[in-house]
Amino acid sequence: MSARSEILARIAAAHRTAPPPDLPYEAISRDYRSAADDSRGDHDQLVELLVDRLVDYKALVRRTDADGLADTVAAALADRGVHRLVRPSGLEGAWLAGYPHDQLADSRDQPLSVAELDGADGVITACAVAVAETGTLILDGSADQGRRAITLVPDYHLCVVRLDQVCADVPQAVARLDGVTEPITMISGPSATSDIELNRVEGVHGPRTLEVIIVR
Amino acid sequence: MSTTMLGMPQRRGAVPTAPAGVGHLRGEESFPDAARHALSDTQLRANLGNATRTIRAKRARVVAELPDWEALREAGRQLKVHTMAHLPDYLVQLEQQVTARGGVVHWARDAAEANAIVTELVRATGSDEVVKIKSMATQETGLNEALEAAGIAAFETDLAELIVQLGHDKPSHILVPAIHRNRAEIREIFLREMGDVDPDLTDEPAVLAGAARLHLRRKFLSAKVAISGANFAVAETGTLGVVESEGNGRMCLTLPDTLITVMGIEKLVPRMRDLEVFLQLLPRSSTGERMNPYTSMWTGVTPGDGPQAFHLVLMDNGRTAVLSDDQGRDALNCIRCSACLNVCPVYERAGGHAYGSVYPGPIGAILSPQLTGVEDNASLPYASSLCGACYDACPVKIDIPSILVHLRAEHTEARAAERRLPGAEAAAMKAASWVMADPGRWTRALRGGRLGRVLGRRRGVIGELPLPVARQWGATRDLPQPPSQTFRDWWATHHQSAAPTRPEPTPTRPEPVEGQQP
Repeated sequence: MSARSEILARIAAAHRTAPPPDLPYEAISRDYRSAADDSRGDHDQLVELLVDRLVDYKALVRRTDADGLADTVAAALADRGVHRLVRPSGLEGAWLAGYPHDQLADSRDQPLSVAELDGADGVITACAVAVAETGTLILDGSADQGRRAITLVPDYHLCVVRLDQVCADVPQAVARLDGVTEPITMISGPSATSDIELNRVEGVHGPRTLEVIIVR
Repeated sequence: MSTTMLGMPQRRGAVPTAPAGVGHLRGEESFPDAARHALSDTQLRANLGNATRTIRAKRARVVAELPDWEALREAGRQLKVHTMAHLPDYLVQLEQQVTARGGVVHWARDAAEANAIVTELVRATGSDEVVKIKSMATQETGLNEALEAAGIAAFETDLAELIVQLGHDKPSHILVPAIHRNRAEIREIFLREMGDVDPDLTDEPAVLAGAARLHLRRKFLSAKVAISGANFAVAETGTLGVVESEGNGRMCLTLPDTLITVMGIEKLVPRMRDLEVFLQLLPRSSTGERMNPYTSMWTGVTPGDGPQAFHLVLMDNGRTAVLSDDQGRDALNCIRCSACLNVCPVYERAGGHAYGSVYPGPIGAILSPQLTGVEDNASLPYASSLCGACYDACPVKIDIPSILVHLRAEHTEARAAERRLPGAEAAAMKAASWVMADPGRWTRALRGGRLGRVLGRRRGVIGELPLPVARQWGATRDLPQPPSQTFRDWWATHHQSAAPTRPEPTPTRPEPVEGQQP
């Protein structure tokens, strides 16, 4: 018998020995705050909560409006001293109108090498969803967010968040991701570890600096 | 009920348990013996006390932030119960989805088969080294040793696993395998074992993390094969998920050409939507964070992004044996958060190594004996004071104390079946029953207890007992010195007028005593 049939047969035998309770999927009680629950305060409050949670987990935050975005991006990159910037090829070009240095475009068809990513000073991307309650940015591999490697290897990640991408909590975020089978990356603050005496320390293998620009 | 048959796999009902001789589910000595070594290590106790105190406070803070925590726990529990009841359907659905999206699914009856599958897959790539994401499943199977025997070097990339691997040590915690090491010890290990480390390394955690970053960076950027576990697999879509902190997981899941994921068959959730429950329960319970720094989800192979070869190994290794016990099967619902370890007074003092298995703490005390058959981990169900803190902390509401008691009973019945009973405990219970059945005998027996004053005259408590039967029980317990007068005698002298002096009817059967190991 193949391992597959044998394991399935063992499960069937286990269920015969110890019949499981009858609990249909639809009957599972979900009394927690659901995605449809909209009693989470107005959108401005959510954005304030997002900023609070981002800062609490050591992300840097800037705010601007659509007109000021290019200047804010340029200022962030200048403050960081970025001269070689990775960008996904689907990123809106206007965001980088004020940035004078090298841009390394990356896409699935024309990917940068790992060495090129390692030699870059930073990366800029958009995001798919931002979760206020947990301070989480979610990337879904769209053309303005790019391959997973580009937000991982460079030591600095600048992420641009639009207001309509901000949702309240995890259930709302998961609802927005329904049906996505592209790779998903959830990012909450810079790379960190709790492995030394169970205290959170920032800065291990991923980007050691995470900066977020929130666009009104 | 399991029985010991040397050379034959144990069975629970019709289903075999995890075989001996491979992997890390069995310790070399019993829990009390191993715990005795740990308890005499004051540095270890200080490290564990510090770490568990820190994490308990963090967890309590972030759990209190959610008004619907109890509703989330109940949903998590029900989701797991439902999934276990429909496991074959969901496993087959997962297989279909992963295969349809370019992955290859393998099935492994036990640890040896899982190790063989992975070794063969690595060989087929032509690579003689792999990078690894921390995974309980591959710790359970002893995969690193199996790869080494095949000439393949496995590099652990999680910081705590790296500390364990460089220190030639064993993991002692589900989430933070190096929890037994403090910063000064970690610095020493790095200085001794990392060829490329700065000799002026300090013991600042941020500096130590930086050293690990440098040490592993080249490895990540050149690795061809990665091996991971999975925190969950979504049957509906074939999506796998890894929840981590450092980015070592993302490195392994993204940069190599080939990814091999080893997963226990119980790690399923039915639908994508169900992650809304577990992505809230898991980070808050494990590291005490609102959300862990990185969660990666991938579905099969994505052309142009990440590994272009993906293998998923679905492993049983005793899980179906757990499933065949209706009182113990909830142990499979565990999401490996380790909250129960951090709140357990026994774990906090004894540490993880004392449990022998890679699954320590309260969850290990119910999971390991069921995976291996109770007789192979017979002391673990007793490694608990049954205080219930683990049950309160568990994000999927596993009733660990009740399962512990159930496994103790199973162990006792197995021994009785082997005619090793009536042993000392059973004989003592029978004698107690005879004494307590008659008021006269009971009163005289209590008076006799005053003789115990002799034993306690030095410290006011009785330490080790001189009788052979009681010595084992008394070895870890201090008894108060008995009073000079029994309560009954005191009552009789002070209430002589208040007839009748005859006491209330005494129970005819003694209550069973919990927490005693025969």
